[in-house]
Amino acid sequence: MNTLADAMPEAAPQAPARPLTRSALVSPLYWQMRRELWEHRSLWVAPVAVAALTLLGALVAIAHVPHSRVNVQLDPESVGAISVAPYAMAALAIMVVGFIVAAAYCLGALHNERRDRSILFWKSMPVSDVAAVGVKAAVPLLALPAIVFAVILLTQLLLMGLNAVFLLPAGGRFASLWSSWPLFSQTLVLAWGLASQTLWLAPVWGYLLMVSAWARRGPFLWAVLPPLGICIVELMSFGTCHVFHFLGHRLGGGFDLAFSEGGPHRQMIDAAQIDPARFFGSLEVWGGLLAAAAFFAVTVWLRRTRDPS
Amino acid sequence: MACIEARGLAKTFGKSVALDGVDLTVGEGRIVGLIGPNGAGKSTALNAILGLTPYQGELKVLGLDPWRRRDALMRDVSFIADVAVLPRWLRVSQAVDYVAGVHPRFDRAKAETFLAKTNIKRQSRVRELSKGMVAQLHLALVMAIDARLLVLDEPTLGLDLLYRKSFYDTLLNDYFDHSRTILVTTHQVEEIEHILTDVVFIDRGKIVLNAAMEAFESRFCELMVRPETLSEARGLRPIHERAVFGRSILLYDGADRAQLAELGEVHTPSIADVFVALIGGAHERGIAA
Repeated sequence: MNTLADAMPEAAPQAPARPLTRSALVSPLYWQMRRELWEHRSLWVAPVAVAALTLLGALVAIAHVPHSRVNVQLDPESVGAISVAPYAMAALAIMVVGFIVAAAYCLGALHNERRDRSILFWKSMPVSDVAAVGVKAAVPLLALPAIVFAVILLTQLLLMGLNAVFLLPAGGRFASLWSSWPLFSQTLVLAWGLASQTLWLAPVWGYLLMVSAWARRGPFLWAVLPPLGICIVELMSFGTCHVFHFLGHRLGGGFDLAFSEGGPHRQMIDAAQIDPARFFGSLEVWGGLLAAAAFFAVTVWLRRTRDPS
Repeated sequence: MACIEARGLAKTFGKSVALDGVDLTVGEGRIVGLIGPNGAGKSTALNAILGLTPYQGELKVLGLDPWRRRDALMRDVSFIADVAVLPRWLRVSQAVDYVAGVHPRFDRAKAETFLAKTNIKRQSRVRELSKGMVAQLHLALVMAIDARLLVLDEPTLGLDLLYRKSFYDTLLNDYFDHSRTILVTTHQVEEIEHILTDVVFIDRGKIVLNAAMEAFESRFCELMVRPETLSEARGLRPIHERAVFGRSILLYDGADRAQLAELGEVHTPSIADVFVALIGGAHERGIAA
């Protein structure tokens, strides 16, 4: 059309094709991860909030301890029990919240973008479905365990600092403070515990991501009700609970595999109990990882083929 | 190389046929309007071109199979699906950072320049912006991408008149050059009529008309007929007839203009008039039958 040609500046130079200088592989994955953390701020806010609460609790508890009791001689077992409790409780609380946040994240990760149709924006970018889903899977598998690890470690260091500030001037001994929480050995236990549980739960994350990519609405109900339905049908038909026990074992059975029994302490797991050989020798672990890979493949397929609008 | 090349493009959803053997070639540097009624297959065609949906038949966009190579294709293709697809939680600054991070052909300075002309604040979230501002933001992101094909699917739906006008003006003045191709669908045909180089009508999954605007304008003409010559004009086989203020207006496809001029006033019809004649008529007959 003539008016169009007239409207064009004659001198408009052909834009030269700019070379693709930036790392074409790493940068998109990094920004894809940033995007996940922007959308799901609970991934780091929730663990930090729980950490702040446990620290507050510890502060209140320490303020209540009568100074006269600090030096009271108790048998070593009880000393361990008393002083270990806050460290272990903080770690456990943050970890549990981490798993809850991971589950909530997985259920929303592929559902939200379809519900608000923003998937059309994400898909207008040169990021493949494998990369997009891969980064989403890396949130519960890598990013969140790293966040939880860092938050727990920091919380325990601050707890130690609190104890030092309050107990040492009151006559506590540094050696007993240190022995109450062997930081290095416990950090190893924490790292292994997180790594092993993340791998153990990988099929759960994969399943939740798949439901998130599949369900048109109510991904939580779609994730929870079918397994529950199968349990009920099994119970009604055969009077057994195999599926229920299987699922329960998958959710909570990983710790028993990762650490050997019979440690020296009752209240905390010792680094000597770390048992990778048993963990990685278990068919259950490998079966779970295989299922996770299958869920991942289906999720990629669903994101690629589900009608965008 | 043609920008888009489709041969026998087909797509069915269960029993309903969305695309029924579409042949379409779009050359480089064209601005093509894809016009069709609701459910005609426009969105399905665009989704196929963008690699969002699988299809039967042959389709090459910039030489690539969109379904297999969507991620590679998106380096050279941009699209605005409609005004509402930017996620509501995203901040303006995050949107710029993200696209700069994942898109190798994104020019951040260019996006900043476009945004500077608007009232959009960098720290705002998309949910805090008006619908028009969201469209401006999306357009700023897309125009800063040095793409070879831009696909716009109802990009101004629900925007007020001022935003719609400035949307297309900006696109034409600051973005389009003859090395780029633009494919646009909209129901507001009259707004894009003056910028199109080609017009494609699609109905019930088939291409009904595919013409360059020059050809379109020489092929179709509209006759505001004098009452006394009406029966003679009807004898020249108009494809459509309507009445405006009591006078009959007849639309002809490939008629002799000189011959028509003797019967009344001859005009070039708008795209919308031809659309109604070609597709509206077919639908009325469909309803009647």
